Amino acid sequence: MSSAIRLYPPRPEKVYVYATCLVDLFSPQSGLDAIRLLELAGVEVIYVPKQSCCGQPAYSSGYNDDARTTALSQMALFPEPWPVIVLSGSCGGMMHHHYRRLFAGSEHEARVNQFCDRVFELTEFLVHVCRIRLKDQGPSTSVVLHTSCAARREMKVHVTARQLLGQLEQVELREQAYESECCGFGGTFAVRHPAISEAMVQDKTRHLNDTQAEQLVSADWGCLLNINGALEYQGRTLKGIHLASFLLSRLEGSHA
Amino acid sequence: MHNQPQHFHAQAEAALADKELRANFRGAMDYLRDKRKTAFADAGEESAIRDRAEAIRRRCLSKLPELLEQLESNCIANGIRVHWAENAEQANAIFTDIIQSHGGTLAVKGKSMVSEEIELNDAMAKEGITCLESDMGEYIVQLGRETPSHIIMPAIHKNKQQVADLFAEHVPGFEHTLDVDTLIQTGRRVLREKYRTADVGVSGVNFAVAETGTLCLVENEGNGRMCTTVPEVHIAITGIEKVVEFLADVPPLFSALTRSATGQLITTYFNMISGPRKENELDGPKEVHLVLLDNGRSQAFADEELRKTLQCIRCGACMNHCPVYTRIGGHAYGTVYPGPIGKIISPHLMGLEATRDLPTASSLCGACGEVCPVRIPIPELLQRLRHEAKQDPAPGALPLRGQKAAASNTEAFVWRSFALATRQPALYRMLTWCATRLRWLIPRKLGPWTRCRTAPKPAARTLRELMAERNK
Repeated sequence: MSSAIRLYPPRPEKVYVYATCLVDLFSPQSGLDAIRLLELAGVEVIYVPKQSCCGQPAYSSGYNDDARTTALSQMALFPEPWPVIVLSGSCGGMMHHHYRRLFAGSEHEARVNQFCDRVFELTEFLVHVCRIRLKDQGPSTSVVLHTSCAARREMKVHVTARQLLGQLEQVELREQAYESECCGFGGTFAVRHPAISEAMVQDKTRHLNDTQAEQLVSADWGCLLNINGALEYQGRTLKGIHLASFLLSRLEGSHA
Repeated sequence: MHNQPQHFHAQAEAALADKELRANFRGAMDYLRDKRKTAFADAGEESAIRDRAEAIRRRCLSKLPELLEQLESNCIANGIRVHWAENAEQANAIFTDIIQSHGGTLAVKGKSMVSEEIELNDAMAKEGITCLESDMGEYIVQLGRETPSHIIMPAIHKNKQQVADLFAEHVPGFEHTLDVDTLIQTGRRVLREKYRTADVGVSGVNFAVAETGTLCLVENEGNGRMCTTVPEVHIAITGIEKVVEFLADVPPLFSALTRSATGQLITTYFNMISGPRKENELDGPKEVHLVLLDNGRSQAFADEELRKTLQCIRCGACMNHCPVYTRIGGHAYGTVYPGPIGKIISPHLMGLEATRDLPTASSLCGACGEVCPVRIPIPELLQRLRHEAKQDPAPGALPLRGQKAAASNTEAFVWRSFALATRQPALYRMLTWCATRLRWLIPRKLGPWTRCRTAPKPAARTLRELMAERNK
C-alpha cells in the first residue's frame, strides 16, 4: 500500500470509464450518471463494453492466479494512455494498488505499474484532475456520506467525496457516528462470517439512520449493496445512491 | 476448557449474543481510541514516529540471528543466564528446572503474553508450583479462571460489577463495593503479601537490547518491578523477535508503544534489568534467567514478507481499532493474541489447520494497518495467509505449518470459473444477461446474505446494454 502523495496530471481530452461489475449489474444508472458527469467536466468518455470485473473477489479469497488472469484480461482492454476512471474506491484500490503487488517481480511488472498509475477513483479525478466546480441547482436537502474503507485507506479519497458535496450550496452534510468504521461487507467476508458482518452492518445502518439525513450517498456500490440491503430489510426509508447520481441530479436541478 | 481457534465461528456467535460483553468492549475500545488520538494529536509527528519505529524494527529483524547471539553473550557477561526454547514444552521444562532447583513453590508473575503462550500457569501447577498473576487485570482474569481478552488490558471485557462479584467470591473479608479505588486496593493488598513470600518472580520483556544485554520492561502498576526485584530468583521470558540492536533504539519504540497502547507519552514505570544483585547492592534477585522462545517465530522469519509480522511491539492498537474485535472481544478468537495481530501471528504459532478461519475473519477494512505504530501491513499479510491456506507453497519456498489447510475443490472451481467469465466477454455477457432477464427468479432468501438484508436485485438492463443503446 503506497502512502506517497499522488501527483495529478492536467485534464486529458479522453478517459476510459471502469464501471465495475456491481454497477454494470445492479445500478447501471450510476454508470450513466458518472459518464454524464465526466462529460460535463469536459472530458470525452470511452466506455469499453468488454470490461467485466477487476478480480478483487478472487484476490481477497486467496486465489492470486485467478486474480492475475482476470487482471491481465482487463488491462488489455485499455491500451491507450488515457486515465482509467473507476466508479468505486474498492475496485480502484485493487487496480491502483493491489495489481502492483500481484505482478511484482513478474515479466509484466513494468507494464502493470504503468497501468496502475493511470487508475483514478471518480471523485479524486473530478477534484484533482478536472478541478470541477459544481453549481447547485437543486432544492435544499441533507445527505450523509459513506466512504468505503478502500476509498479511505487505500485511495485516500474520502476527502474528495466530501469536497464535492461541500461545493453544493443547498446540501447539508450530516455527520454520522463511527464514520470511518467498516460497513461489514468486505466481499466474501459477509458470507463467510455472516454473524459478524450482520453486527457491523446493523451498527452502520443505525448510525446512518440516526443522522436523519434525507439521502445516503456513497461512491462504492459494494458498500451500498450491503447497506441498502440492510436498510430495506429493516424497513427504513433511508436509501443510498451513487454519489455520481446525486451530484448529477444537483447540477440538473432535479431531486434525486 | 478454554476457547480454541477451531471453534471460532461458534465462539464469535456466542460473543455477539452477549449484550453486556458487547457493551463492555464498545465502551473500552472507544475510550482507548480517543486516548490514542489525543496522544497523536499532530499527524506529521505521528507519521514520523511510526516511520522511525518501523525502520528500527525492520533493521533489527534483518539481523535477528546475529543480534540474538550478541544478546546472549552480553547477558552472560552481565551475569544473566540464557536459555533457548524451541517450543512451549521446552520453555516450561526450563521453568520447572530452575524453580525446583531452588525448592520453590510460589512464583509471582508480571504480565507476560509469552507466558500465556506456553500456558506457564497450568504447567507449573502440574509440578506443584503456584504461579500467581500480579498485574491487576491478569489477577482478575486468573481469579475467574479465564485467559486475557486483550494483550495489554487482560480484563477489559469485565465491568466493575463483574470484578466486584469475583472478589466477593474469592477474596476473604472483601466487602462488596463498586468503588473502583477500593477494588484496586483490595487486589493490591492480596498481592503485596505474595511478593514477600514468593520464591521466584516471572516477567516478560518488551525490548531486549543486544548491545548491552539489558532487558526492558514497560508497565504502569509497579508489579513488574516487584516481581523482578523482591524474589531471590527472576526468570524473564520473551519471544526471539523482541531483540533490538542498540540502547538508542529503545526510546523511539517506547514512545510509539505507549502512545499507541494507552495514549500515554511514557508509562509510570520503565524497568531496565541488566543483571542480578551485585555485591554491596541492597536489593534485586540473586539470579536472573532469560528464556528465549521460538515457538513458530522462525517460520515467520524465514519469509521476507511474513517476517513483517514480527515487527509487532504488542501495543494492541490494531485490536482497539478493529471492527471485528470490537464486536466479538478477545476470547472468541481462542488464541493468546486476538484481533488483527492474532490473525497473522497465530498461524505461525499454531499452524494454519487450527487457525484457518482467522485470516478470513476480516473485511480487510485496513483500520489495523492505519494505526500500527510499526506499520505492519496487516491486511496484506491476511491476504497472503488466505492464499497460503488454499494453495501449495510457491516454487522453492518452504511450506508453512498447515499449508493448504483450507483448500477446497469447490471453491477452487468457483474462482477458476470466475476468472474464465471475466476474461471471456461472451460468457460474461451471457451470465449478466441471465441475471438481468431472469431476475424475478432470484429467491428472496440467499443463505447467509439475507439473514439481515434483502436479496439484491439486478437491474433490468446492464450498463453495457444501456451504453450500446446510448451510442447508437
